[in-house]
Amino acid sequence: MSKDNQILEEFTSKEYEHGWSVNYEADEAPIGLNEDIIRWISAKKDEPQWLLDWRLKAFRAWEKMTEPEWANVHYPNIDLQKLRYYSAPKQSKKAKNLDEVDPELLQIYERLGISLNEQKRLQGIAVDAVLDSVSVGTTFKETLGKLGIVFCSFSEAVHSHPELIKKYLGSVVPMTDNYYAALNSAVFSDGSFCYIPKGVRCPMELSTYFRINAANTGQFERTLIVADEGSYCSYLEGCTAPQRDENQLHAAVVEIYAAKDAEVKYSTVQNWYPGDKNGKGGIYNFVTKRGICAGDNSKISWTQVETGSAVTWKYPSCILKGDNSIGEFYSVAVTNNYQQADTGTKMIHIGKNTKSRIVSKGISAGHSQNSYRGQVQVMKRAHNARNFSQCDSLLMGSKCGAHTFPYIDIQNSTAKVEHEATTSKIGEDQLFYCNQRGIATEDAVALIVNGYAKEVLNQLPMEFAVEAQKLLALTLEGSVG
Amino acid sequence: MLSIKNLHASIEGTPILKGINLEVKAGEVHAIMGPNGSGKSTLASVLAGREEYEVTQGEVTFKSKDLLDLSPEDRAREGVFLAFQYPVEIPGVSSTNFLRTAVNQVREYRGQDPLDAVKFLTLIKEKMKLVEIDQKLLSRSLNEGFSGGEKKRNEIFQMAMLEPTLSILDETDSGLDIDALRIVSNGVNQLKSDDKATIVVTHYQRLLDYIIPDFVHVLYNGKIVKSGTKELALELEEKGYDWIKEEADKATV
Ligand SMILES: Nc1ncnc2c1ncn2[C@@H]1O[C@H](COP(=O)(O)OP(=O)(O)OP(=O)(O)O)[C@@H](O)[C@H]1O
Ligand SMILES: [Mg+2]
Repeated sequence: MSKDNQILEEFTSKEYEHGWSVNYEADEAPIGLNEDIIRWISAKKDEPQWLLDWRLKAFRAWEKMTEPEWANVHYPNIDLQKLRYYSAPKQSKKAKNLDEVDPELLQIYERLGISLNEQKRLQGIAVDAVLDSVSVGTTFKETLGKLGIVFCSFSEAVHSHPELIKKYLGSVVPMTDNYYAALNSAVFSDGSFCYIPKGVRCPMELSTYFRINAANTGQFERTLIVADEGSYCSYLEGCTAPQRDENQLHAAVVEIYAAKDAEVKYSTVQNWYPGDKNGKGGIYNFVTKRGICAGDNSKISWTQVETGSAVTWKYPSCILKGDNSIGEFYSVAVTNNYQQADTGTKMIHIGKNTKSRIVSKGISAGHSQNSYRGQVQVMKRAHNARNFSQCDSLLMGSKCGAHTFPYIDIQNSTAKVEHEATTSKIGEDQLFYCNQRGIATEDAVALIVNGYAKEVLNQLPMEFAVEAQKLLALTLEGSVG
Repeated sequence: MLSIKNLHASIEGTPILKGINLEVKAGEVHAIMGPNGSGKSTLASVLAGREEYEVTQGEVTFKSKDLLDLSPEDRAREGVFLAFQYPVEIPGVSSTNFLRTAVNQVREYRGQDPLDAVKFLTLIKEKMKLVEIDQKLLSRSLNEGFSGGEKKRNEIFQMAMLEPTLSILDETDSGLDIDALRIVSNGVNQLKSDDKATIVVTHYQRLLDYIIPDFVHVLYNGKIVKSGTKELALELEEKGYDWIKEEADKATV
């Protein structure tokens, strides 16, 4: 019947459930960051010279940049020289297909509830599984291949479709875009690549599951999605990491390119390890995600459910270049204990009649800090641009904080921009009402929070929505009463 | 079934209930009346277990259990139901979903299997008829944007779904139009049985024309100052509360 109830029935455990790690023999880069390390990574991946040059150029640019400090987050300096930039499970030979992948690695994913076995998979979802720095396998490649859809690991695409990579890599997020994007451009390891050819509607969800296993290793994935004219795809990303006392860095870049009449729906449920109750450990999640609606009538829609990470810094954005193009951003960000999140979006209206819609639902509990930062920019040429933003904050308890930073920059007088914001507290009245009907407090919180976030959760594909609701409930356990 | 002895309760240090005594037996209907602010809703909230109220003295037993010792949800699961004077809105949560969670948690406590979707829908259909509630209302967010009367009707619908042994209706009649009053009262009457009891808090005799009480109590200044049969309600309707207040004030001096 309802998604909420499935959750309530399923949810029993209290801890971060993906906190385990596995020991496997790894192929690792030496610790530290310099040009030699970049050459090492590039050689490991057998990359063409142009890509190595691209990385080195990014690295040199990055060396001149400084870490951004404008976000409403606080964390000790990360010593980037003490990290490892590449770690991959050692496999006797390179697996050509899933049958050749080391069963032990496949088991890691089974344990996370993600079967890479195509027969066992729910129909309708193709998965690329990325473990630390490499992709260990992609499902349903053949089925998709028949339609001309390319869905594989980034490293593989560099070899199989160099012309596409060359054309689109860095076209949406330039290598010098920001400190972390530049770092990623220099050292990125693996990620997913999707290409949907002209007029093709991708028949299944494409999804990537990122797992950090190794300690002291940064994860720098790179995802590139290209939707050619009139095509459609829905892409999902999930992620987890072991529970470790040290903080770990995750600095990914996601680029989406939508040509004329194309539509891309990107959904993510982010569940990196958030650190313990006292704020020890957890992932630093510094991610650059951006899409360009390059062609007329194209559409990009971001949906994110952010529950994990110690510190999150992330603004999935849309550049609305084509006339009549549409950008959407739906977000639920939950913070508990000592988590900090500074997240939001940027909608840049360039084309005529472009529309954007922002729905952000923040939920803060414990001692956490949750900030929404959003920018709506309407350029001179963007006649009749429309934006609607709704930013809601829900507070649980009195020690947490919710902040909203909307920036609006309008250079065309025909623009219509609406911004609504609310802040509410989870009511004693609501909890008591639920209790009086026999519902336990923890379940009442789950019910109320899921109701509050419904508009965003409804955007997710069903299977993901269930997962997301479960996560919301888990993240907030013990935050009331 | 319910026995309240010398119950004192306060909120934020202010005493509100000042020694309530009340015995309710299975099969009985008790009406509680009294001027605004006399403590009627407070009594209902204390029985339901609202934490803001501190019980400073006295005891309450329900089906030979110490009621005050139970959490609010366990009281509900034991069969205490409160129809709220001001039902709470929960945005984004449909009535159906809310009730399914509630019904199944209550069933679990009582050692029954959860209802699957089909059985649950059958139950809903059956109970909907009782209070003539519109199906559309149930798919909307709980109480959000409901009219005053719809909220009250929905409370009785929930009561029907949860099948409590002790129902406390806090001014369920206020805000109901004449037809709704009859429908809701009929619903309550149909749910009555020899092993169940009802406490109705009301200001108006007209509700008691439908739900006929075995006893009527007047609460004033945190105490039950007068008890009688249904004729007492008629007398109050005619004379107001002044004479009772005077009597009570004299007695305390
Ligand atoms: N937080 C509080 N601090 C002090 N007094 C309070 C507080 N909350 C409620 N009261 C008081 O408690 C008294 C009893 O309130 P209660 O709601 O029980 O009255 P009632 O009999 O239900 O009235 P009505 O007929 O208007 O519904 C009132 O005088 C009210 O103002
Ligand atoms: Mg009252």
